[in-house]
Amino acid sequence: MLNPISHAFRKAKQENRAALLTYTVAGDSSKKQSLEILKSISANADILEVGIPHNTPVADGSQIQTSAYRAIKNGIKMNDIFKIIKDFKKSNKNKPIILMGYFNMILQYGEKKFLNKCNSSGVNGLIVVDLPWPENKDFAKKCKKKSIYFIQLLSPTTTKRRLKKIIRDSHPMNYFISMLSTTGGKLKVSPNDILKNYNKIKKIDPKKEIVIGFGITEKTIGKLKSADGLVVGSAICKEISKSLKHRQNPVINVSKLVKKLKSKIL
Amino acid sequence: MKIKKKIPLIDQANKLGFWGGKFGGNYVPETLKKPIEDLEILFDKLKNDKKFIAERDKYFKNWVGTPTRFIKLKNLTNHVGGAQIWSKVVSDANGGAHKIYNATVHCLLAKRSGKKFIIGDTGAGYAGKMLSMAAKKFGLKCKIFMGAKDIARQQPNVKAMKKNGAEVIPVYSGSQTLVDAVSECMRFWVANCDTAAMCVGSTVGPAIFVRICGWSTSQISRELKVQLIDEFGSVPKKLKLYNCVGGGSSSFGFWNEFMDYDKKQCEFIGVEAGGPAKSKKHAAPLTYGSKIGILHGAVQYVNQNSDGQIEETESISAGLDYPGISPLHCFLKDTKRARYTAASDEDALSAYKTVTKFEKLRPSLEPSHAFSVAIKEAKKLSKDTIVVVNSCGDAYKDRGILKKRLGKKYVKSN
Ligand SMILES: Cc1ncc(COP(=O)(O)O)c(C=O)c1O
Repeated sequence: MLNPISHAFRKAKQENRAALLTYTVAGDSSKKQSLEILKSISANADILEVGIPHNTPVADGSQIQTSAYRAIKNGIKMNDIFKIIKDFKKSNKNKPIILMGYFNMILQYGEKKFLNKCNSSGVNGLIVVDLPWPENKDFAKKCKKKSIYFIQLLSPTTTKRRLKKIIRDSHPMNYFISMLSTTGGKLKVSPNDILKNYNKIKKIDPKKEIVIGFGITEKTIGKLKSADGLVVGSAICKEISKSLKHRQNPVINVSKLVKKLKSKIL
Repeated sequence: MKIKKKIPLIDQANKLGFWGGKFGGNYVPETLKKPIEDLEILFDKLKNDKKFIAERDKYFKNWVGTPTRFIKLKNLTNHVGGAQIWSKVVSDANGGAHKIYNATVHCLLAKRSGKKFIIGDTGAGYAGKMLSMAAKKFGLKCKIFMGAKDIARQQPNVKAMKKNGAEVIPVYSGSQTLVDAVSECMRFWVANCDTAAMCVGSTVGPAIFVRICGWSTSQISRELKVQLIDEFGSVPKKLKLYNCVGGGSSSFGFWNEFMDYDKKQCEFIGVEAGGPAKSKKHAAPLTYGSKIGILHGAVQYVNQNSDGQIEETESISAGLDYPGISPLHCFLKDTKRARYTAASDEDALSAYKTVTKFEKLRPSLEPSHAFSVAIKEAKKLSKDTIVVVNSCGDAYKDRGILKKRLGKKYVKSN
């Protein structure tokens, strides 16, 4: 069976557009609400990235940190995260889910147990922020055995030689980090330059899907729409924070935002 | 798992940066792979380059000040009545602590790589103060990340950093201590690694930072070995080296030259921060059996909950208040080359009182932890045993805390 992630890219291509990927933190601002957010944005998002909150994140900017701390403070545990995904999948069987987090959380859960649980709750892909290539070779193989995509991260600092090796070992989807930044930084490179880099990478193996992420907002997403897929994370986390601050419903506001994001890449 | 003889411990990691095949490594975002590799290539070249070593030694000698004193604490020895108690007064070094060695080497490396800007983390403020000094000396712009709680409790060092022209960035996330400062500093590096060099303040972080720091602080034991031979004619038959352990840079540097000696001759005792006697929180992952996990890019024993969230620590000493520990020390513990124990806040304060009562030495709260255990154990040891405590920091930075906890008379004015 085709991984729903590949299916989502195929569908977007048929509609002649980039796939839209969202990132939200599991348990933000509560377990119940984060499930509601996933359900409501799934109408417009093609692939849902779900963050495992961690309290020592070395690659996340302030918006995602705020979301993560909020979720941890509200008591989110690993098993709750799997439960949220399982509940989501009950009504959205084919909507692909990618879990994204730091390796210590996986290590403490136990790699094998973690992957089994990914399978039984319906996780389709994994991004492990601090498990780069070649350190991730073993784990990526284990993912493959479970039909889970292990998604490699590529950065503007990744050398050409290294890009080739990583892509050679990679699964069907990879993730290009748009610029030197933690998540949520302001786009400090022009969309044109990002696309130039992206196209160079894409040429290495055109069959592999490459999404672009980091710093993408409502304002910039349209200019990048020629990519296979685009990830928006911090802008969504920020919307949740803003809604809470103004005592508005984050579910409604985030759904509106995602709908708007989608309209910009059609 | 075994330590190899005749190979520096910093060079005993495997290709992926793991000591004992297990501790350390490079669990970093993809963006940092290239700058880390560049630094590895540069360091591996320069650490064997005679000209570079001569340059390092020149600055160590003329600017840091070598050797720091090795003195007998006669009054304390008489008071305790057991082993001879000596101290290596590393706080003699320019700036008042061992952090100057690593800071100097990182600035030399930054210059060689053409960088004009250096960033660093700090807990007690010494790593930050020394980096600001070295940056100024070598004409680099400097930015220091420091937890808001530590900024409040280590003001003398914060003032020094600012005076040296460094920008001090308060970190408000998490426990607002060293662990958060290191995270924030690494995040800043992720976003600015094209222009900034990074200095990690202890033997922690991705493997290359562990190695550079350990290489730098090893100056301490190089001096000590010469001083021991000068004093006793040879390395004593019964030698015990006590050192506080936060990230582990001073202790590693204090022990490195003696690594190949049998532990029956040269025993290493690392003292972690046990925290307040009444609190369950501590900063002693090796002593209290914390599980192996990943913190700041390296596998190590680290205080964490069952999910893998890093736990908050508590210690009177900002320099020891860190939930993890150097991979080098994890390796030394598992190979049983070093022994680790903890002293509480109260133990450290009481040792500070004892040392300052009998000697003209004012160890900061970090080495006071080591003195506490050394004094207790020296009592039961024979007179021909040589106990050496690394007095790796000066108490001036702790005056606020000492005044509050012990009263005015324990704080001198300078
Ligand atoms: C005086 C002093 N001693 C010890 C430490 C602990 O660090 P390490 O274990 O790396 O020497 C610090 C850290 O700030 C310090 O300032």
